[in-house]
Amino acid sequence: MMDRKKTLAAIARHVTDADIVLPVYSTAFDWLDVRPSPLNYLSHGAMGLASSHGLGLALGRRDKRVIVLDGDGSLLMNIGTLVTIAEAAPKNLFHFVSENGTYEANGGHPIPGRGVVSFAGMARAAGHKNVHEFSDLKNFEQQIGDILAGQGPVFTCLKIVSSGEQERDYSRLHGPHVRKAFRDALGAG
Amino acid sequence: MSVSESAAAQKSAGLSGQSIIAEIKAARIDHIISVPDITTSEGLLRPLAKMSDPRFIRICKEDEGVAICAGLSYTGKRGLLLIQQTGLLDSINAIRGNAVEYNLPICMMVGLLEKEVGVPPRQSKKYGVRIVEPILEAMGIVYHEIEEQGDVAKIRPAIDQCFAESKPVVLLIGQRPKQ
Repeated sequence: MMDRKKTLAAIARHVTDADIVLPVYSTAFDWLDVRPSPLNYLSHGAMGLASSHGLGLALGRRDKRVIVLDGDGSLLMNIGTLVTIAEAAPKNLFHFVSENGTYEANGGHPIPGRGVVSFAGMARAAGHKNVHEFSDLKNFEQQIGDILAGQGPVFTCLKIVSSGEQERDYSRLHGPHVRKAFRDALGAG
Repeated sequence: MSVSESAAAQKSAGLSGQSIIAEIKAARIDHIISVPDITTSEGLLRPLAKMSDPRFIRICKEDEGVAICAGLSYTGKRGLLLIQQTGLLDSINAIRGNAVEYNLPICMMVGLLEKEVGVPPRQSKKYGVRIVEPILEAMGIVYHEIEEQGDVAKIRPAIDQCFAESKPVVLLIGQRPKQ
């Protein structure tokens, strides 16, 4: 298993100032520590929908790489998104799911199918051609550059563990200032 | 023929699917996002699915579509979510968060499954039809009934207003448009 913050730091080393990143819940709070940016898209309106927001952004801005940092509980709430993204096939969409087997933001209760469900397997079965799964940080650090340099859509499952306690101030995700900052930054380039 | 019979006859004269599509295009919609709906299946959905412009995106569940339209809106693109009212009801939380609380221009065209032609939605015998408009009013969402051909002219201004004001709109399709 990989420490989440170290895993996110590995991704961040290959993210540019032009990229749009959509992190969710616990991943979002760690990502904000690792890589604050006005092009972090943090307000998803309802649990599970980050990858669908990402698809809309990827379709609307084909000049930009769109990186979704999903959670396993979130993905289970919108599992059809794997099929939709595979069919729409945006070349600029990169979908990561952090799998820790829990609804971490909702009390740490286990997800259904914990330890049994294969998110990579479901992505392949949904029609994704580029699918990866990592549980070793060194291996991931070696390959993440090539994954993000390739052509989307790509689905990557990251088997992670929490990096520890977080201060969860949800206004950092859902506040109107967050959406305005994103809109302004996207409009600027 | 009584006045009410005459009104019902006019409403049953039908809706032109091509005229609705023309309004959608005139309103600069560039993406149609859809889960199939039997009310709009032949007159709208099938012809729209054959077009390259607007681009047609098939989705698995309606709340996905709310989020896709939200993402598109930040890029300056105009999405139209084409669904039926069962999907609207299923997506209320996504609409609550994205369209209402975030003030995003989520534009929805909603076929009213099982609505009787010429009967206002809230007077329908079908519970699933009667509740739609009161729910939209409770959520503060603007809606328009598209029941007869004369209503088609409401579509372009409603879509333009949705995007100009960055607020959701629901266009309720009250009978099956003809091809």
